[in-house]
Amino acid sequence: MDFTSTEEQTQLSETLGRWTDKEYGFERRRDIIGSLDGVSAQAWAGLSDLGLLALPVPEALDGFGASGADMFVVMQALGKALLVEPYMATVCGVEFLKHDEGRFADLLGGAAAGTVRLACAMGEEQSRFDRFDVATTVRTDGDQHVLNGRKTVVIHGAQADHLIVSARVTGDRRDHEGISLFVVPGNANGLSRTDYRTIDGMRAADVDLANVRVPDAARIGASGEAWPIIDAVSDYSCALICAEAVGIMQAVMETTLDYLKTRRQFDQPIGAFQSLQHRMADIFIEVEQARSMAMLAASVSKSEDAAKRRHAVSGAMIRVGQAARRVGEEAIQLHGGIGMTNEMKVAHYFKRLTTFGAVDGDVDYHVTRFTSQPGFCYPD
Amino acid sequence: MNLEYDAQELEFRSEVRSFIDLNLPDDLRAKVLNHKRLSREDYRKWHTILHRRGWVAPNWPREYGGAAWTPVQRHIWEEETTRAGAPNIISFGINMIGPVLMEFGNAAQKDYYLPRILSCEDWWCQGYSEPGAGSDLASLKTSAKRVEDESGAYYLVNGQKTWTTLAQHADMIFCLVRTDNSGRKQQGISFLLIDMRSPGITVRPIITLDEDHEVNEVFFDDVRVPAENLVGEENRGWTYAKYLLSHERSNVAEVGRSKRELAFLKRLAMATPSGDGSVLEDPLFARKVALLEAELMALEITNLRVVSADHGNSEPGPEVSMLKIVGTEVQQRLTELMVEAVGPYGLPLDVDFLEGRREASVTGHDAAAPLTAHYLNFRKASIYGGSNEIQKNIINRMILGL
Repeated sequence: MDFTSTEEQTQLSETLGRWTDKEYGFERRRDIIGSLDGVSAQAWAGLSDLGLLALPVPEALDGFGASGADMFVVMQALGKALLVEPYMATVCGVEFLKHDEGRFADLLGGAAAGTVRLACAMGEEQSRFDRFDVATTVRTDGDQHVLNGRKTVVIHGAQADHLIVSARVTGDRRDHEGISLFVVPGNANGLSRTDYRTIDGMRAADVDLANVRVPDAARIGASGEAWPIIDAVSDYSCALICAEAVGIMQAVMETTLDYLKTRRQFDQPIGAFQSLQHRMADIFIEVEQARSMAMLAASVSKSEDAAKRRHAVSGAMIRVGQAARRVGEEAIQLHGGIGMTNEMKVAHYFKRLTTFGAVDGDVDYHVTRFTSQPGFCYPD
Repeated sequence: MNLEYDAQELEFRSEVRSFIDLNLPDDLRAKVLNHKRLSREDYRKWHTILHRRGWVAPNWPREYGGAAWTPVQRHIWEEETTRAGAPNIISFGINMIGPVLMEFGNAAQKDYYLPRILSCEDWWCQGYSEPGAGSDLASLKTSAKRVEDESGAYYLVNGQKTWTTLAQHADMIFCLVRTDNSGRKQQGISFLLIDMRSPGITVRPIITLDEDHEVNEVFFDDVRVPAENLVGEENRGWTYAKYLLSHERSNVAEVGRSKRELAFLKRLAMATPSGDGSVLEDPLFARKVALLEAELMALEITNLRVVSADHGNSEPGPEVSMLKIVGTEVQQRLTELMVEAVGPYGLPLDVDFLEGRREASVTGHDAAAPLTAHYLNFRKASIYGGSNEIQKNIINRMILGL
């Protein structure tokens, strides 16, 4: 058992920290958020230069074949910097493509080189967090597949060069069987995207698919058998956002602590008041408990054992989700009025923490998933 | 980062497991698993079994008869013994006074007391708390005056200790006493070893809200304690007390026990009907269990992070305060949910059943009968060993720098 980072991970974290401090400061981020695209080509090139884009790609395809622990380190650092680039969307897209690695070698190579940005279009208006709830349809026409439907709140959907889209081949809307996955170019005929800002400074898009045609080579995995892939990548995505949230919470804690030590009221630092001290200790505990669960999620994020993976990942989404809510709210309260202003970084940390689980499943959703696993009622 | 146990650790786990299978008496196991009260003999029985195997003192070095296990081994040991339903080893001898004597005791004290702790010939209790000094331990008033006369040197002890756990069973008590009133209150405290059979000692039971006799008041009325029973130097007792407290907080997370109790809670809730199904299948109840399970999963990893960082035998750091807070909150929440799970069957108070004077409980719901008393008893967890508020103060001072 070993909880320490490898030398490479420590180096990676330090390099990344230096880069975000220098190239991705609060002012810079604010400019990017305010720009037309909401993302920065320059920052993307920077991430590429750091090797971050090659990280999750298999070694055979010019990548580094990163482990869950490597990604845990990266996502924490990106969380601390509140990165708004389509990094996580691309990493999750890569995770999908890896299930058919040979077929998508070009795209994976492109992702590793930083020339391909991906997004995962899974959610639909009625599906909420259930990734198997797919109304988007696909039918075969000769050697092509024709997609029809609407995907909603696709994170970085408009900034992606290719979208990974789930669509139903057979079965009823909420069947686990009968779902396929396709890689669809962002500029495909019939595909239209409505791009919008999200509250946390990111971008999302609603994606309409009207008779969008893709070749058979665009399908990931076997026809109608995509559910286990979607389930696994969703869990991987959860592990990534848990790590990101821990990075943010750590930063929130440091910022808030700093504030308690410097802000004076009634002739003393407000950190001298025990009522605030105890709330700060609660924050500390929340962050450490969340960190533990994020580590657990990272360590099983690629496990083939679906039961073990779901237990750990939903457990992590529950515990980290609770912590994200509490730490964010407490940080604003402890900052007082100043925490309510958009000028303060803590406000932006809070906004990002607020969105935790909005796409990958909130605490209630993961509680239901957690309790419906066979091992819950019949332990050992 | 690797959250799996290595081969050596797994081998150790299976060795521990088979030892327990062969050696833990069924009656003891049943009592522990069903939250019944243990007698002095119950505790001694398991202690003796472990002593024969050389495993009664996992944290002691070999030269004193300990098992000298690594922190991770000790964690595995704790997890396996508690899961199996083994009684706790009463920690006053093994975990508290033992390490203090090894560090600060003289040769004669070590030679005499340490083997007797291992063999359970002496049952120790702790004389720290006083009625006027709870979390503010240094405010203690029990006095010890050094006297020399023709019979030799001794301390004359007067005062009162309270919350003295299982003092009714004890042969010896280690006490913090005031030997000087002149300086800061932390100065002027000494550390004495006192024979509980000394004339002038009175033990009076405190019956707690669950109608259990677990704690006591101990009165000292002109008790003569031989001067050689002073540990270390006079007026340096606060140092030894702090050292002891840091050891008391090892294994404070009680992850093993809580995992066992979580499994118990689930079995209980599965066996308790509600509507057409079971209590555990009620989504509202299941939600509470899930939130608690996630907390316990996190605690287990947090605990392992702290434990595995402790490579040497160094004193546990301030992170232990976090383990105390979360560990006790989890324990308390488990007892709450057990009571909720059984609903009306949490009402009976069946002390005869709890103390083993009757085989079956009055309602026949044997698993349910002890639970409310157990819940009441566990309110102590966030109070003892430095209340959880004191632990938050430690986090603030030692970690956050507030």
